[in-house]
Amino acid sequence: MTIKKKPNYNFIIGSILTGLIVALALVSLVYTPYDPDAMDAANKFAGISLKHPMGCDNFGRDIFSRVMEGTKNTLFVALGTVAIGTVFGILLGAFTGYFGGILDEILMRINDAIFAFPSILLALVIVSLLGSGKYNVMIALGIAFIPSFARIVRAEFLKNRELDYVKSARLMGAGSLRIMFVHILPNTFSVLASSVMIGFNNAVLAEAGMSFLGIGVQPPDASLGRMLSEAQTYLFSTPSYAFFPGLVIILMVLGFSLLSEGISQKSV
Amino acid sequence: MSDVILEVNQLNTYYKERGEKKKHVCKNITFQMEQGEILGLVGESGSGKTTLVKALLGMVKDKEGAIKLNAKMPQMIFQDPYSSLNPSKKIGWLLQEPLRIKGGFTKEEREKKAYEMLKKVGLNDNIFNHYPRQLSGGQRQRVSIALALMLEPELLIADEPVSALDVTIQAQIMDLLLKLKEEMGLSILFISHDLRVVYKMCDRVLIMEDGEIVEQGKVEEVYKNPAHPYTKMLLEAVTTV
Ligand SMILES: Nc1ncnc2c1ncn2[C@@H]1O[C@H](COP(=O)(O)OP(=O)(O)OP(=O)(O)O)[C@@H](O)[C@H]1O
Ligand SMILES: [Mg+2]
Repeated sequence: MTIKKKPNYNFIIGSILTGLIVALALVSLVYTPYDPDAMDAANKFAGISLKHPMGCDNFGRDIFSRVMEGTKNTLFVALGTVAIGTVFGILLGAFTGYFGGILDEILMRINDAIFAFPSILLALVIVSLLGSGKYNVMIALGIAFIPSFARIVRAEFLKNRELDYVKSARLMGAGSLRIMFVHILPNTFSVLASSVMIGFNNAVLAEAGMSFLGIGVQPPDASLGRMLSEAQTYLFSTPSYAFFPGLVIILMVLGFSLLSEGISQKSV
Repeated sequence: MSDVILEVNQLNTYYKERGEKKKHVCKNITFQMEQGEILGLVGESGSGKTTLVKALLGMVKDKEGAIKLNAKMPQMIFQDPYSSLNPSKKIGWLLQEPLRIKGGFTKEEREKKAYEMLKKVGLNDNIFNHYPRQLSGGQRQRVSIALALMLEPELLIADEPVSALDVTIQAQIMDLLLKLKEEMGLSILFISHDLRVVYKMCDRVLIMEDGEIVEQGKVEEVYKNPAHPYTKMLLEAVTTV
């Protein structure tokens, strides 16, 4: 008897959506149909046309070009956020999980305290200290994300350090750092991968939220959240202004959710 | 007179689980092991055999007593070949790891030694690029043996290396260990709960009951004239099967 394998639709659709959006961002690095910041009084609130497939905004800027630019910035901030969160989360989780003891107790209590705040709230506090702008948002969100990654990594290290393969590595003469980062760390990747994906989604939403509130990415940089915020006033007169950035955010989050779902299905 | 490779004096070990009271596992363990011998360690499941040898290699934190090890880089074949091989590493990588850590080998030298060791334990070359999950239990057990022998240890601790295997493969692994012992001059501390396996493999035997060593001596003598009731019981259990 053969068991027929159902195609992994989550993975397929997730990869396609994510691929399209990443492609959009990558293309914006070298080409946008118009300069995203070029104002053109003649085209104020221009409707959807062949020349402006998503129309123009209140300054006559091409919305499609700005969506491309905004997608790039939003992805960039999300990527940076996740990178900061994962790298420091791994370091913190690895050391506390592997060594345990008093250091673990102290760091994890601090971790819990930070974790108790919603990460966006924490990021707001940090941004108010550092000032706004895309790099500060990245750092603020990154710091806010560290505790959740640290927890996951710590739990994996706690579990793995008791396994015989770690004892075997010690018998071979491997030092602690080598055991932590060469022997144990790769075994946490499958668990880490799905939380990185979820973290990425949260970062996209957090960046959009902060930029929407005006404390995230600053003009002249475009970001999807900023565009939504700017479009508020014209929601009824020019709905396309808010619609397209919103759509990209939704597709981005949907794509990543499906992809992470698909990956966890695959590894079962 | 042969040299003593391992001397254990009044060893006690404890486990403490959260919220429970301390569990005294090994109780006043005292024995010696000589260079070049195969010493059997027999006892029922849960009597503390694994705990004892883990304590000898420093893997049990809560212990008291004296352990004198006269062997460089003692190695161990773990009881469970499923958790003792790192699931994210290929066999070839694992076999080279002890040499990588020791240092002073080129990549070619390491690979050559790893392939030689695979051959020695009777495994095919293509295993080199496999992950542990792709191997059968018997193959994993051989990989564990190969891994333990990469550093050419003087003392090998084998924790029930054949218990999980079927009878023909058991015999193969036992022959392999005996052959390697001759070739490399190993001393082996061999754990088993199977008295017949111990009879075939070992020179001397320690009988363990509930954390204590209740009897020790030459295998033939212990089997012919068991002094302790527990040993008699174990032997009767075998002969009546
Ligand atoms: N890490 C641990 N933490 C707490 N208790 C443990 C731990 N490992 C073993 N024990 C307990 O110690 C006792 C002895 O276990 P051990 O594994 O040494 O027995 P064993 O003789 O090797 O048995 P087997 O033949 O089944 O392998 C058992 O009661 C077991 O539950
Ligand atoms: Mg055991």
